[in-house]
Amino acid sequence: MAFRLKLVPEQTNIDFFRWQWLTFWGSVALVVASIIASAVIGLNFGIDFRGGTTIRTESTQVVDVGSYRQALQPLGLGDVSITQVFDPTFRADQHVAMVRIQAQEGAESITPETITRVEDALKTVDPAITFPSVESVGPKVSGELITTAIWSVLAATIAIVVYIWLRFEWQFAVGAVVALVHDIALTIGIFSVFQIKFDLTIIAALLTILGYSINDTVVVFDRLRENLIKYKTMPLRDVCNLSVNETLSRTVMTSGTTLIALISLLVLGGDVIRGFVFAMTWGVIVGTYSSVYVAKNVVLMLGVKRDWGKKDDAAAGTQFAASGK
Amino acid sequence: MLQMPLWKQILIWALCALGLLTAAPNLFYNRVEQHNDAVAASTKAGFETDAQKADIAGWPSFLPSGIVNLGLDLRGGAHLLAEVQVGDVYKSRMDAMWPELRRALADARGEIGGIRRMPSDPTILKVQIEKPEGMARAVEIARGLASPVVTLTGVGQSSLDVSVEGDALVVQLSAAEKTATDDRTMQQSLEIIRRRVDAAGTREPTIQREGADRILIQVPGIGSASELKALIGKTAQLTFHPVLGRGADGNEIARPGEVILPSLDDKGVYYRLDATPVVSGQDLVDARPDFDQNGSPAVAFRFDTTGARKFGEYTANNVGQLFAIVLDNEVISAPQIRSAIPGGSGQITGNFTVESSTNLAVLLRAGALPAKMTFLEERTIGPELGQDSIDAGRIAAVVGMIAVVALMIASYGLFGVFATAALMINMAMIFGILSSIGATLTLPGIAGIVLTIGMAVDANVLVFERIREELRTARGPARAIELGYEKAMSAIIDANITTFITAAILFFLGSGPVKGFAVTLVVGLVTSVFTAIYVTRLLVVLWFARKRPKTITV
Repeated sequence: MAFRLKLVPEQTNIDFFRWQWLTFWGSVALVVASIIASAVIGLNFGIDFRGGTTIRTESTQVVDVGSYRQALQPLGLGDVSITQVFDPTFRADQHVAMVRIQAQEGAESITPETITRVEDALKTVDPAITFPSVESVGPKVSGELITTAIWSVLAATIAIVVYIWLRFEWQFAVGAVVALVHDIALTIGIFSVFQIKFDLTIIAALLTILGYSINDTVVVFDRLRENLIKYKTMPLRDVCNLSVNETLSRTVMTSGTTLIALISLLVLGGDVIRGFVFAMTWGVIVGTYSSVYVAKNVVLMLGVKRDWGKKDDAAAGTQFAASGK
Repeated sequence: MLQMPLWKQILIWALCALGLLTAAPNLFYNRVEQHNDAVAASTKAGFETDAQKADIAGWPSFLPSGIVNLGLDLRGGAHLLAEVQVGDVYKSRMDAMWPELRRALADARGEIGGIRRMPSDPTILKVQIEKPEGMARAVEIARGLASPVVTLTGVGQSSLDVSVEGDALVVQLSAAEKTATDDRTMQQSLEIIRRRVDAAGTREPTIQREGADRILIQVPGIGSASELKALIGKTAQLTFHPVLGRGADGNEIARPGEVILPSLDDKGVYYRLDATPVVSGQDLVDARPDFDQNGSPAVAFRFDTTGARKFGEYTANNVGQLFAIVLDNEVISAPQIRSAIPGGSGQITGNFTVESSTNLAVLLRAGALPAKMTFLEERTIGPELGQDSIDAGRIAAVVGMIAVVALMIASYGLFGVFATAALMINMAMIFGILSSIGATLTLPGIAGIVLTIGMAVDANVLVFERIREELRTARGPARAIELGYEKAMSAIIDANITTFITAAILFFLGSGPVKGFAVTLVVGLVTSVFTAIYVTRLLVVLWFARKRPKTITV
């Protein structure tokens, strides 16, 4: 009687391995492309990782990047980049730009005098200009931040893998880690291709992606484990397929609600956290894909030991049952 | 079958109510904040002004008054990461030791001959000894000046390292003493920064030690990091020196025991001063802004008893001479001593404005920093930008929430409504917990909450999907619901523990806004598991007990 929105039909029987070669090599190609992109194009590191100063300007007048640049030219600050920021949440007369100045020789963070000089120079171009935020990071700290960031991503990956290994089997742990590397690589790749600012908050987003992606993967694994006990003789490939099909509705539903929340934040949340939210949105999409197509494919390739001692078949069942409950 | 003990039901309701109650103050943010500020101010002052009374009355005292702290990126303010040059202290320790060592060595002149301090790294004392055969004696004398260091790791280590380099005696602080000194330097710096920031009267500043030699300072509501830097970046080392001469050559080489310092106001004027100060800022007990006899701003000060005695004796013996008032190696003024100043109080005049004299008084009262600081990181966020972010985040959260709720109800009908109720309680509990533990909400934190809205329904979805499956096979709806919860549990637990791991790592390794994000993520995880497992279930149980449906559609 009641109407039910069904994003996924009640009973699906999709063969997720049908396009195995395509999804597999597609994933491999994307990961490789991402690595190449970040190696060749590089990442657009924010001041958190590169050191330097960013000044956010806001004015009722239209931003003229050229005249800003001209005004700052005589100050001799080295590499200065000026980008205008557009955002749907801005008012009609709100014009925002970001001025980024490279780390200055011989000084850790920028001196107040330099900031005043920059602000005065910009005021001559546009008297109505204000400076809602000024951030400066010295090269010493930025170096440490990079190290901490790499460590935190590594530590999170290792911790997750160990947990999966303890709760499931080592093949699952390998599957999970491959999926995680896939997600991180693709996220870094897209940041490199589109040259989106990569700063500390993106690392936070990366870690959240790790958490989300593994969450998805674990749900599939959990069902796989259950089905492996239930259908002892079914080929692993079919069990994998069955498990993904059974959890498909949930996967789509959860990804759907999370994406809805993230997209509303992406559109309406303002430009300050756009990069962060973009990373998460992208990560949720990639993470969902990887738990359906990457993680369990790896498990299938490695094969799960199912004939727990041919002498005592029942032991296999209890082993799984024991860890399952 | 589908039942829940009464105590459990009551406990769940109680927790929900507690969540709602502790979250409530956040709905009246400004009013509660004014209430809290007024209470704090009046308790400190010991009485209430009328305005404070009105503010206090704005929020009933019997209700919880904890609110979520807004991070700098939301409230606006300044953030500084300073590195204390702990090595500076080694230098001053060595400089202070030199007269003592000189005297001790001079007493043994017969054995070791003449001595001379050689130019060297300022953190060590290098003394040339004339007679090589007296070196052993010199080392012994230097060692005699050391005192044992008491540390947690090594008790009884000497405070000095004494060694010999050719014909020179080298004295420096031992590693143990350096560690102890560093620690003391950091403690003092923290204390002095705290005093200075407190004197500026800002709300809830964060001043904490980071690692071995760093201090993180966050002050909400201050105009800019430069302003904050001006307040805490000055060492404010005040000293009074006898003036030996006045000239225009800053490159002149100072003779031993003398220093050449520039004048603060007259560019190009330099003073030749005795390097040993008569009295210093450490001997001050009070400083306040004042006016001199011409009505120009000045700073009045008072010495403690030792300071007053030294100052009195010196002025009595040197009437007619000039003495220089030096602040951070710049001569503020060099007045003539007209008569002995016995009372221990005096006035610093110079080219002050009312503001700069007030500032100097604050700095002098708070005391000098033991070492210089360099700033590694500074951020200023304007209050408007923060407000824009809050507004944008709020709109995004509401829109996201409505969309998620719509999708849930469309997909799961009545069960979707249950999940929605749980989601609302979940939100309230997040804010309730954040307020109670005094956590700081940052912009990524808001994103964390919005993400939680999306992910919180996950546990519900897992259960509902499972119930759907069980309905196809199981005997009756009650059994299906029970099985649904039972079987979905391991997936819920595993999925949330892995997310918890990443959030914990974020918390321990992250800083600032990232840490705020980790906190909201962890809190969101806990509350969403609680609401999904208990609250939704309770609602389902209550509904089921009332209706006793023969069939259910999920």
